[in-house]
Amino acid sequence: MSKTPLAFTPSTVPVTIDPEKCIADKGCTVCIDVCPLDVLAVDMAKGTAYMKFDECWYCMPCERDCPTGAVRVEIPYLLR
Amino acid sequence: MQTHEREYDVVIVGGGTAGPMAAIKAKQSDPQLRVLLIEKAAVRRSGAISMGMDGLNNAVIPGHATPEQYVREITIANDGIVNQRTLMAYATNSFETIEELDKWGVRFEKDETGDYAVKKVHHMGSYVLPMPNGHDIKKVLYRQLKRARVEITNRLVATRLLVSDSSAGRRVSGVMGFDCRSADFHVIRAKAVVLACGAAGRLGLPASGYLFGTYENPTNAGDGYSMAYHAGAELSGIECFQINPLIKDYNGPACAYVTGPFGGYTTNAQGQRFIECDYWSGQMMWEFFQELQGGKGPVFLKLDHLADETITAIEQILHTNERPSRGRFHTGRGTDYRQRMVEMHISEIGLCSGHSASGVWVDERAQTTVAGLHAAGDMACVPHNYMLGAFVYGRFAGESSAQFCANHELAATDEEVIERERQRVWAPLQREGGLPPNQVEYKLRRMVNDYLQPPKVTRKMELGLERFEAIREDLDHLSARDPHELMRALEVHAIRDCAEMAARASLFRTESRWGLYHARVDFPHRNDAEWFCHVQLQQNERGEMTCFKRAIEPYIIPIAVDERDAYQQLRTQVTAAPVAA
Repeated sequence: MSKTPLAFTPSTVPVTIDPEKCIADKGCTVCIDVCPLDVLAVDMAKGTAYMKFDECWYCMPCERDCPTGAVRVEIPYLLR
Repeated sequence: MQTHEREYDVVIVGGGTAGPMAAIKAKQSDPQLRVLLIEKAAVRRSGAISMGMDGLNNAVIPGHATPEQYVREITIANDGIVNQRTLMAYATNSFETIEELDKWGVRFEKDETGDYAVKKVHHMGSYVLPMPNGHDIKKVLYRQLKRARVEITNRLVATRLLVSDSSAGRRVSGVMGFDCRSADFHVIRAKAVVLACGAAGRLGLPASGYLFGTYENPTNAGDGYSMAYHAGAELSGIECFQINPLIKDYNGPACAYVTGPFGGYTTNAQGQRFIECDYWSGQMMWEFFQELQGGKGPVFLKLDHLADETITAIEQILHTNERPSRGRFHTGRGTDYRQRMVEMHISEIGLCSGHSASGVWVDERAQTTVAGLHAAGDMACVPHNYMLGAFVYGRFAGESSAQFCANHELAATDEEVIERERQRVWAPLQREGGLPPNQVEYKLRRMVNDYLQPPKVTRKMELGLERFEAIREDLDHLSARDPHELMRALEVHAIRDCAEMAARASLFRTESRWGLYHARVDFPHRNDAEWFCHVQLQQNERGEMTCFKRAIEPYIIPIAVDERDAYQQLRTQVTAAPVAA
């Protein structure tokens, strides 16, 4: 197959992280560890967690298990 | 990218419900065994019960139900197509498992005398036991895993089993897979393997179009069905799809099992009850479908007639357990159970023996048709098995695996097979500018809806097979930018296998059965003369997907003629109101 062009498609993400509360810069990875879909990651430049892949089951372990209450899960826009 | 090779006695694939139980029981059977639990997510929060569960749907508790009653109920609910010995093995071990979970710290609802507070939801007997603190269940399991000293590897995606053929037949010899963070390839040799990979829950596309807006945890993409198939194991009842009555758009359970005992029920748009029983069965889904077809929809869950404190109690359960984001969804839509009924719809299709009957064929010790290979939980064919069934069969699988290890050494593995699998797994990372996995998955699952969603039409399913064949060629063009996307790419392989299985098994059974689950427009009637049998699916020696009949073992619990059709009579009988003069 010849090279297939890829487009950038923007998408709003359901999981948001409060940078004031997030302690990923101190080595915390709880939300990333518990996500069944493995969609969260640490933004190395900012030192906070963020939703890297729009593949959320809105199941909430990330929010429930966050030690500082930094994570908020909304229902994905397409279902809201 | 590296390759890691390891050796264990027992490897369990899947750390949700059945998997941890299998690991604990294998270790308890023989503490010397080297037992490894691998999980594509993280065991602490993985599987269908990642946020807990609100109750047991099939508890067989002395004083409330007997194993004989339960076997009779599920035989009738599944239109006769069951291996009663597997149901009986579940039923006779159900209570012991509840007591063990109770001892481990799972809290079940009890009445003022200390007896389990069992509720009636099924059409005939009483088997539902609420778990008011069910959100803790993964914590309880995790503690037991640690206590039993089970080794755990998280974020490891299993892709294929290793098997070894000899004059004695085929037996399992290991598991292959990759790490979804590093893409490292893993070869794990083992004497016995337990597959506990959950349902094929990412098969149909939700009406929302959101790939991950599924009923099942979307990690459960059918990997287990696909691995068992490629290892040559028999699968059964694939044509008996899982189709659920769900909250529209949210796609989670409306939970009539929870609300029913409080007085909630399913209604049509006029607020009228149309089914006598909210227990999920093919016939129940057929009545739901008829209500929509007859212009009486949408269908709703009705709670607005209940007292305020009752609704508060319901909210407390439903908004903290299993799918706790449900409360947030209702708030967003302005749905308060006190004022508004909850709009429901019919889900996309999936494969799941936990709710329906599609799965890998197992006997009453969780053994598949490949020696040393076991299956348990949603992916093992023990109809309507639910969470408690996963625990019970997880236990059987762990105990049987330990026993298998006592009599067997490691089997040989084929280096050529391992190398071929490593190339298949890594290929998408090495391909530039190919097809993105999310697009291939979207198209594949849309085709599943277009061609396989019941009522099933022969010509449509044949066209569906053509499309699935075309998408098989697309698999060789999948590309992945990182190990995470590689996981999605390999999941597309499994989803495609499941789509083909769903089409072929459905085409093979030329009758209608299980209400909406297998309603065939071209064969609208149940035909016991030809189809009172299991439909098995297996890969033949030439690598082709084939279906064949397997006779139903003589019943150990006979079904009386007047009971046989109890689940066919779910529709509310309305006495005609006298016409006003």
